[in-house]
Amino acid sequence: MESHHLFDEKELEELDRQASVADGALKDAAERLPRFTTVSGMSVKRVYTPLDVRKLSYLNDLGLPNTYPFTRAIHPTGYRGRLWTMRMFSGFGTAEETNARFRYLLSHGETGLSTAFDYATLVGYDTDAKEARGEFGKCGVAISSLRDMEILFDGIPQDRVTTSMTINGPAAIIWAMYIVTAEKKGIPMAKLGGTIQNDILKEYIAQASYIYPPEPSLRLVADTIEFGTKYMPLWNTISISGYHIREAGATAQQELAFTLADGFTYVELGLKRGLDVDDFVPRLSFFFNCHNDFFEEIAKFRAARRIWAREMKERFKAKKDRSCWMRFHTQTAGCSLTEQQPENNIVRTTIQALAAVLGGTQSLHTNSMDEAMALPSEKAVRIALRTQQIIAHESGVTNSVDPLGGSFMVESLTNEMEHAAREYFRKIDALGGVVAGIDKGFFQREIAQAAYRYQQEIESKERVMVGVNEYVLDEPVEIPLLTDVAKGQQRHLDRLNQVRRERDNREVTRRLNELHDAAKGDANLMPYILDAVRAYATLGEMCGVLRGVFGEHTELLVA
Amino acid sequence: MSNKVKQEKIRVLVAKPGLDGHDRGAKVIARALREAGMEVIYTGLRQSPEMIVEAALQEDVDVVGLSILSGAHMELFPLIVDGLKQKGLNHILIVAGGIIPEEDVPVLKKMGIQAIFRPGAMTQDIVDFVNAAMAGKRQRTT
Repeated sequence: MESHHLFDEKELEELDRQASVADGALKDAAERLPRFTTVSGMSVKRVYTPLDVRKLSYLNDLGLPNTYPFTRAIHPTGYRGRLWTMRMFSGFGTAEETNARFRYLLSHGETGLSTAFDYATLVGYDTDAKEARGEFGKCGVAISSLRDMEILFDGIPQDRVTTSMTINGPAAIIWAMYIVTAEKKGIPMAKLGGTIQNDILKEYIAQASYIYPPEPSLRLVADTIEFGTKYMPLWNTISISGYHIREAGATAQQELAFTLADGFTYVELGLKRGLDVDDFVPRLSFFFNCHNDFFEEIAKFRAARRIWAREMKERFKAKKDRSCWMRFHTQTAGCSLTEQQPENNIVRTTIQALAAVLGGTQSLHTNSMDEAMALPSEKAVRIALRTQQIIAHESGVTNSVDPLGGSFMVESLTNEMEHAAREYFRKIDALGGVVAGIDKGFFQREIAQAAYRYQQEIESKERVMVGVNEYVLDEPVEIPLLTDVAKGQQRHLDRLNQVRRERDNREVTRRLNELHDAAKGDANLMPYILDAVRAYATLGEMCGVLRGVFGEHTELLVA
Repeated sequence: MSNKVKQEKIRVLVAKPGLDGHDRGAKVIARALREAGMEVIYTGLRQSPEMIVEAALQEDVDVVGLSILSGAHMELFPLIVDGLKQKGLNHILIVAGGIIPEEDVPVLKKMGIQAIFRPGAMTQDIVDFVNAAMAGKRQRTT
């Protein structure tokens, strides 16, 4: 398309002249800091004008909401058509306790579910495994077999509520448990909507709840993409996640670049499996962090949409608009919360949530004020949910699509974000791609360096953290916390033992052997996993079989 | 470097017990201690209590720093403290950090963990604590 710039050249020349005069006059003006930067270290100018976006072409670079390159939005009506899904990440203790929390949230106006699993579950152990000592129910709900999953979703209309599950190493197995739970209620898998995180690349990069080495793990991811594409048209087979990359200390630019690079790798994986780009890419979704720096975050979301659309169309030759749509979930930044004066976290979360909404998120989790200390209490999580409802219904920001589009500053930062991400893509390509970059410790080192720099800035007070290095209170501020999340451990273990006792153990052995043999070959493992789940094989048993075939990943130490 | 200087460097094992993958803090602290002149060995993730005790023994460290964010500390820390005692490593200074509720702090201190650094702690304070504690220990033993 021929490029038409937004601004008249003559007017720009005059503006340039006036701006030079103004800058000269302000050369010695006293400002609070020698240099103003975003949280991620991007320089921010005193004022932005058309000069900063003089090359911007409205049609090529922005477009209307829902026209390529989708910088402004993917849906023509934005939040006027439909609000984002209010999806609070939750889970602790037993399946019964988490089921009660799910019902509590739905009764308070939550519109989608999001499941947190405990560490035993996340890395594929049954609760009574020696490796899982002390982990029961701590960071999420414990799911050791189909029986637990049946209780977790008891009374939840799985054909009407979409469910997101933060699960990666054992994603295929937990997904199979969710599918079979619905099957037993008479809901066919084709009717299930939701998301498995299933983004194993970022596990090696940041979150570290991997099980097997990259190659067999990616085969499992390809199996789930293929299975979902064929049988579950409403399911998002991966949630390509920058959230954990950011929490581990990355900058906004790194989060954006590494997440998109992971995304391209999954697209290549699906193509290698023989799938058509327009068949599976529409079911890939994203998950970003939203940190404190308001405009930087909004620019990040807008740049993410534009880069994904451009790469899908230009590099991967997608024909459908849907393949170019970046749909994403956002979670406010857990790492920005403070234990000191915890009520202040409500304010931080509000600012972050507002940025996510102005960035056009499809779904949102808002952190609770107590999350630097514990899993959220009922009251804290309700306030966090109410924060979203106030933004949605009271602030007015939902009335117009991408209301900050056209802001000289936001457009300029959006361009800078895209530019920074593309610089990283070149580096990653030069390393031989994402997996090679992981093997070489590239991502891990970049993130560790950024995390260290951030901490240094706090310690030198170059970065003010209210209540931590400035405005400190001598007396601790106390708020009620959720305690004793592990009180149901015996109940969970009794159930696990009962499952092992009462199931048909010959059938379990047969299904596990079939899974073992299939894993050694190259068949899609989903049908085998589903059969083992139906027989009540436990999570630890199934992951154990796959550990035997695939081996276990050991991290490259970069610290 | 002379042997004497080598001996004077404080040797620290930064260890991640349990299954959680939150290693941001452990890595930041490992680097801060290293930049403060200490010899730091980082274990990496998913270390069992037995592995940590063995590493402390093999590496002949003066300090063990435990980092955990999953909440499994009340189960895992006693196993590590007891394991170190059983190997006769009573001289080792044990410190810990992570998401550790205030109410657990006195229990952990009584158990023999000398300092607990909670969210918002500054690396400089950790460095100062370790230096001061080691200076005290070395004075007592010389």
